[in-house]
Order: sequence, then C-alpha cells, then structure tokens
Amino acid sequence: MKKIHLVIIAALLIMTACKQGQQKSGSADSKISITAAGATFPMPFYNQVFSNYQEKTGISITYGGIGSGGGIRSLTDKVVDFGATDAYLSDENLAEMPAEVVHIPTCIGAVVIAYNLPEVPELKLTTTLLEGIFMGKITKWNDAALEENNPGVNLPDKKITVVVRSDGSGTTYIFSDYMSKISEAWEQEVGRGKSLNWPVGMGAKGNPGVAGTIGQTEGSLGYIGSEYAFAQNISFAMLQNAAGNYIKPNAESISAAAKGDIPADTRVMLTNSIDPEAYPISGFTWIILYKEQNYNNRSKEQAMETVKLLEWLVSDEAQQVTKKIHYSPLPERAVVLAKNILSSVTYDGKALLSEK
Amino acid sequence: MNAEKVTKYILTFAAIIIVVIAGGMAFSLFGGAVPAFKEFGIKFIFSSEWNPTEGRESYGALPFIAGTLITSMLALIICFPLAFSTSLFLGEYFKGKKIAGILGTLVDLLAGIPSIVYGLWGFYVLKPLFVNIGINEHGLGIFTASLVLAIMIIPYATSLSNEIISMVPDELKEAAYSLGATRREVITTIVMPTASSGVIASYVLSLGRALGETMAVTMLIGNANIIPKGLFGMGNTMASVIANQFGEADGLKLSSLIAIGLLLFLITALVNFLGKLIMKRIY
Repeated sequence: MKKIHLVIIAALLIMTACKQGQQKSGSADSKISITAAGATFPMPFYNQVFSNYQEKTGISITYGGIGSGGGIRSLTDKVVDFGATDAYLSDENLAEMPAEVVHIPTCIGAVVIAYNLPEVPELKLTTTLLEGIFMGKITKWNDAALEENNPGVNLPDKKITVVVRSDGSGTTYIFSDYMSKISEAWEQEVGRGKSLNWPVGMGAKGNPGVAGTIGQTEGSLGYIGSEYAFAQNISFAMLQNAAGNYIKPNAESISAAAKGDIPADTRVMLTNSIDPEAYPISGFTWIILYKEQNYNNRSKEQAMETVKLLEWLVSDEAQQVTKKIHYSPLPERAVVLAKNILSSVTYDGKALLSEK
Repeated sequence: MNAEKVTKYILTFAAIIIVVIAGGMAFSLFGGAVPAFKEFGIKFIFSSEWNPTEGRESYGALPFIAGTLITSMLALIICFPLAFSTSLFLGEYFKGKKIAGILGTLVDLLAGIPSIVYGLWGFYVLKPLFVNIGINEHGLGIFTASLVLAIMIIPYATSLSNEIISMVPDELKEAAYSLGATRREVITTIVMPTASSGVIASYVLSLGRALGETMAVTMLIGNANIIPKGLFGMGNTMASVIANQFGEADGLKLSSLIAIGLLLFLITALVNFLGKLIMKRIY
C-alpha cells in the first residue's frame, strides 16, 4: 500500500512539474495566474475575453462558473483574485465582507423569456401575461388572454410548463427584480432574490440546465441568459417595455436600457427601463474585488496584473467582443466610472494604476 | 519490531481512521445544522415552506423528506417483482448453470453504470416516451425518477437476495423433494421461509441506497420544492435539493441544507441498521 501511495505522489509531482514547465514556455513572466469565480450569466463573454487576454499577454486566467453567490463567497474566503456577480452587493452585504469591496461593471446582458413551441415563431408578452404565467394564473398556451395578445398566432391547447432555476442565481435575481417592478402581487407574494419560493414550475440547474430542459420539452417556457437561448437556437418572446413597445433583446435594445443615470459605485439595476427602445429585463454584470489588494500575502505583481486585466476588460477592445456573443457593451458613462473605481484600488494604500 | 506487529499496527490505524471519519462527519453535520434547528426548532421537519427570499426566509424540510421517502418506496415496489424473480432464477432454478453466470454478470454490470448515465438515459429516452404516452406534459416528476431509481437498485437487491437464496441448505430441499414436493412447492415451503428475513433485509439495504441517490433523481424529478401532488407530479428529494442549492447558499440557508443532510444521514443510517438487524436474526 505504501508503495502505491509513493507512486501516486510521484505521479502528481511530475504532473505539476510538467504543467509549470508548459506555463513557462508560454511567456516570460507567466508565473502569474489569475483565479476568478462567480456568475454563469456572463460566462460566455468571460470565456471569450479571458482567452483573448491570455493569448495577448500569456497570463493564465481561470474562471469558475459557480454562480453569483459562489463568487461572492469565494471572494469572502479570499480564495480568488476577483469574484463575479449579477446581483450587486447590498449595503448590508458590503458591511459583512471582511474588507472594503468595489464593483466593476463588465457588460450588459439580457434575460430572455425562452419558450418551446415549434409552430410559434413569434410570441408577444405583456407584463400582465408574464405575471399570469409565472404566478400560475395562466396555465394553458391557448388561454384567452394570450390569444388576444397574439392575433394570428396558432397557440396550441397545451399546458404551459414553467421552467425556473433550481439553484441560486444572479439571473433569477435580475428576473425577479423585474417582476417585482411590474407586479405588485409578485412583490408581495414572491419578492426578489437569487432563489425564490416559486408559485409554479419545475427547476433545472444553471442556465445550461434550464436551456436544455426548455429545448427538450415542448410547451415549456422559462427565463435564461440571452446567450444561452441564442447558442441553442431556442425561441424567445418579445416583451412589452415600460413605454409600451414590444422589444426583442439585441445589442441595441439591451444597451438602451443603460441610458439612464448610473451612480458612482455603479450599483444599479437596469430592469424596466423607461427608455422607449430598451429591452426591459437587462442588467449589468459585475466583477467584485477588494479595494486594498494586499491580503493573504498576495504579491504586488499579482495585484497589478489583476487590475490591469480589469482595466483591459472595460477597454474598447474587450467591449467590442460583447456584441459578437449577444451581450451589450458598457455605455461610455459606465466605462468612465469603472476606470475611476479601478484607479482607487490600492496595494499597501498606494493606487496601483498610477504606478503602472 | 516483527512483521506481525507491524501488520497489526497498520490495520488498527486504518480501522481507527474509519471511526474518526464517520465521527467527524456526524460531528460537523451536527455543528452546521445547529443554527437551523435553533431558528425553526422541530418545525423544521414538519414545515413545508421553503422560502429563500431575503427577508422572508423560512425553511422546512417536509417536501424533501416526503419526496425522498415516496420516490424510494416507489422504487422499491417497482424493483421488487423484477429483482425477486431474477434472484430466484439465479439462486434456485438455474443455480450454477452457465446462463445464470451470464445473467449474474449483466446484473452486476447494471450496478457499475454511473448514476449520471442513468439520469441522461432517463432524460433523453424515458422523458420523451412519457410525453408521447401522455402521462404528463413534460415527462418529468416523481414517477419518472422512481422508475429510474428502481432500475438502479435492482442489481443490489438481486445480488444480495440471490446470495441468501443460494445459501438455503441442500439437505432441506432434498428432504422436501423426497417427500414428493414439486419445485414450486419447494420454493414456497422451504426456500422462502428459510431465506425470508435475509431477502427482506436485502430490500431494506437497497432502500438505503435509493434514499441517498442524487444525480439521476435531480435530473428527473422536476426540482419543485413542494410536497408531490400525486404520482406524476413534481417534487424534490433531500439529496437533490442539497446538490442544487448549496453553491449559492450561505447563513441560515446553508445551515438548513446541512440540517437536511443530517436528517438524510440519520434516515439512511437507521434503514441500514434495520437491514443489518433483520439479517443478523436469521443466522
């Protein structure tokens, strides 16, 4: 037995040695590797830009899509360089963190109402219909209210299978924040949160899980991050926004949602925007990090690379990637604010970016 | 030190580690569950509300306890006729024959399939089938989960009861044959009474396994945090609610999930203990 253990340990050592060797050959100063974890909603965007950055600089970045709550907890436990979340930390949450935390918005995403009805290419939903479906008052596709709102569309005599997230999720937070704004009954009975006490519906895990269940189940309807609907070719509904227009989620309508005022710390929900062109269930997604980067014996180099990566993330080069994968770039004002916040990040009390 | 002593020390050490692991697990589960039980008391077990919304937090484990018990019992009921006839086939009718060997290997093969593969099979094969038959509109729920669970525990129930049926002394059976009993009569009057408690124990142990099954059930049960409304309704089990929600959980919610883990630990331990007890009684 002892011999086997020795063999295993030796194998592990060789493997790690090889891995380090590979990293070294990648670039000269590639000892730095950045670890991050959090939301799955912006993950397609992060995967793309982080791999671009890795090619560009040789710095390896690992992003774990473990959910917004997981991202916050990983940062609290100081096991990552930064976390990612779709729901900003409330004042109360911020006070509970071991040190001061700042938010950097990285892009705008949309939550789409996806459905699976092969014979219905276009579906229009009002806020009342949305409330009815998700609160279990409208249970059939050929409900009179749905038919009235979609004239000429042949809605089947089928039960609506509502699919929701079974795990806690920032996507759920954005969706429930919107529902609370449009429906008093929702706010009273369900409320907003990363996971909820759902009046109806079956649960599936993660955005990919909900997308998969909708894709596999005729007559189902649920909410997912837009990229997941695009990638799997799932139909999604046009929603009536606050101005009364039916809006499809796309780069323009999503960025229109961010035209309003943004506070200096960027903690704002963009749902139910009053802009006539805005898609109503849109939201910022944030990266969160400690304002003072010298903790847990992190090297100054590590802190510097982290901040540099984030600075690049809000730059034009990275922001252009958003459009390719159905997110929307940050509006100018948000970029300015993000850069301001980044320049306030310090190491031993000295601003990192000013030393660059 | 001689080799004998070294062997003895190594074995003792290994055995102690097992005790430490089991004890440590129970201890940390208890520790983690304390806040939930402090907050909700005994109501935690009997409340059917699972509301994680901030400011309205209220956690009750009843929907999950119900989901776990219903799916496991249902799986046991579905698995019984199949597993029982297979074990008679293997252990009595074709004992020692080539066909029994092949069948036995196949049964063991079923036991080796990872749980996630059963889940995939259920999701992509059983679910569309159920939708086509018209059982319900989405093909998921208690029944789908139980059916897959039943298939998953068949190998355990079969091999355990097969072993016990094979152990019925030949002298007894030969005596019955010499009195003119037919094969069927030998089974009903000799094999079954002799092996009954062992066979029952093997089903109890299989039940213990069904209780903790997570992945396949999570994929098929619908994950609705309610007490199941009927055989084809949706529900959730203790194991799958933990798998689904621990990632984002903190504070009271995390403690409630750990408390559910503790309850599951206790239920499974109790069932296993019961199985062992019944088994002991015969020999």
